Amino acid sequence: MAFRDAPDILTSRLRYEDSHTLERFLATGGYDGLRAAVARPADEIVEEVKTSGLRGRGGAGFATGQKWSFLPADVFPRYLVVNGDEGEPATFKDHMLIERDPHQLIEGIAIASYAIKCTKAFLYLRGEFALGHERMSRALREAYTHGALGRNVFGSGFDIDIVLHPGAGAYICGEETALLSSLEGFRGEPRIRPPFPAVKGLYQKPTVVNNVETLANMAWIVLNGGAAYAALGQGRSTGTRLLSLSGHVNRPGNYEVELAKSTFRDLFYDPALGGGIKGGREVKAFIPGGASAPWFGPDQLDCPLDLDEVQQRGSMMGSGSVVVMDETTCPVRAAWRITKFFAHESCGKCTPCREGSGWLEKVLRRIELGAGREEDLDLLLDVCDNLAPGLSWPPGQTTICVLGPSIPSPIYTSIRMFRDEYLTHVKEGGCPFS
Amino acid sequence: MARLTQENVERAREIISRYPASRSALLPLLYLAQEQDGWIDDSAMEHIGDLLDLTPAQVLGTCSFYTMFKRQPVGRHLVSVCTNIACLLNGGYELLEHAEARLGVVVDETTPDGEFTLEEVECLADCDRAPCLQVNYRFFGNVTHDDFDRLVDDLRAGRLAETVPAHGVLNREQPPPVSVRRADAPHGAGD
Repeated sequence: MAFRDAPDILTSRLRYEDSHTLERFLATGGYDGLRAAVARPADEIVEEVKTSGLRGRGGAGFATGQKWSFLPADVFPRYLVVNGDEGEPATFKDHMLIERDPHQLIEGIAIASYAIKCTKAFLYLRGEFALGHERMSRALREAYTHGALGRNVFGSGFDIDIVLHPGAGAYICGEETALLSSLEGFRGEPRIRPPFPAVKGLYQKPTVVNNVETLANMAWIVLNGGAAYAALGQGRSTGTRLLSLSGHVNRPGNYEVELAKSTFRDLFYDPALGGGIKGGREVKAFIPGGASAPWFGPDQLDCPLDLDEVQQRGSMMGSGSVVVMDETTCPVRAAWRITKFFAHESCGKCTPCREGSGWLEKVLRRIELGAGREEDLDLLLDVCDNLAPGLSWPPGQTTICVLGPSIPSPIYTSIRMFRDEYLTHVKEGGCPFS
Repeated sequence: MARLTQENVERAREIISRYPASRSALLPLLYLAQEQDGWIDDSAMEHIGDLLDLTPAQVLGTCSFYTMFKRQPVGRHLVSVCTNIACLLNGGYELLEHAEARLGVVVDETTPDGEFTLEEVECLADCDRAPCLQVNYRFFGNVTHDDFDRLVDDLRAGRLAETVPAHGVLNREQPPPVSVRRADAPHGAGD
């Protein structure tokens, strides 16, 4: 499944219908990585992950091994919290990993727990993933019976419990400090940093928060070595990652690609990947890394799938979701819908986000519905600038978490690219695409 | 009605014991109440507060933050249609309008027979099968208008009872074991 010559690290089992079962997992090398890990000193596993160059796959792209190394020495208990609250619009990779290969994630959680010397991990799983909860519950029970979890894992003396915890429908809980608030039984509101979770996280104890896909790489890294992982990709974009491709392509889906070795054009048009644009139409714009990311136009089709390269060009690979919009797309309607999402999901803690998201949604809606004014474009940009001063990327911070400053991304980039189409809505008193 | 049954109180105590601090069990216990009654009423929240040593206001404060906790009765089938970006580009709003017409309700209403509640939701993370929807949080993807009509008929006739349990039932599996449980001690202890 991996594009070109890279190995399938995350998706090797998905060709099987029963990929979620323990039988299939064990028949395909499952738990070999955990067995190998617990036979080595924990610090060596941390070093392997550092060597791999693996960067977090949840959105921020922070180096995983480095994140682990921020835990203060000799402070216990400490916790691993797994972020399975996938909610960034058009991201659906963790959903697949949880439902289709739950044991791979469990193995990754156990390896990471061993490496950071924690004995209790929490898997915060998005509430809407009902099948995921059932598959994961069953897989956890099987893993305990198999000796991969619980006391004395595979006879090594290492103890680990994984507690499966349900989210309940709040995008903000994918933000790591909001997730910790939620896991403690509170409203999912982010916390001011510092202190960072590594120092004071869950229950004020040292805590690492890692994304599902990040941890799904662990067994491969242990078995093949961090250097083998780092040999894939290029520069600081090492290994493979899952890209969730959706929108106006012929073959939407999750694709595991080697980073930096292919481009957005490959992703959209290669017959093994997106398979071209629906109806043979043209790309009008695309979102390179989740709803929070600034949009790209067709001039960026040849941008490599490289975290730093995408950032230098003014956006991000973020959560790995790529949305293609063809020439029939109304940019105002698309920007409005994403903004409506943020207005709904703003937790309300910080004023710029709580107030700004609502006003931006209202102004965009009136433009789309034909009641807009020409000066609304400047008004939008002004409010956007209050949320993310300077309207550049990464955004200027005005709030506790990055939700608020991400709201302007689709708005200012769509106005820059499609100002004429915004003005047509105003002049014609309605949407020219409807 | 709506205090937890004795059996569910036992389940609640088991859930609480998994966490180093009891308040962490609040979301799972709210799910327990929703599974029991299909929604969460004030007396359920009071009872949960008693179990966790929280005031009713503290329970409501958390409960009201999360869209999946329903504080009014909903239909036996909660139909959640996604209209976020990937679905928007692939007919999500047209599907939602069709759903309104087919069910004879607008968003956030319940059919008079109590069978269906319709809601518009944010991205469900099933975007390669856009437009998608969930019924009681079970996925249906690439939903055409004809598919929707058939789905409604099947649900009404009880033909999907295996895959779509009643609203409130999120996880039908037995809970996984936990080898180290919290002793009745201040938080952080017992770990």
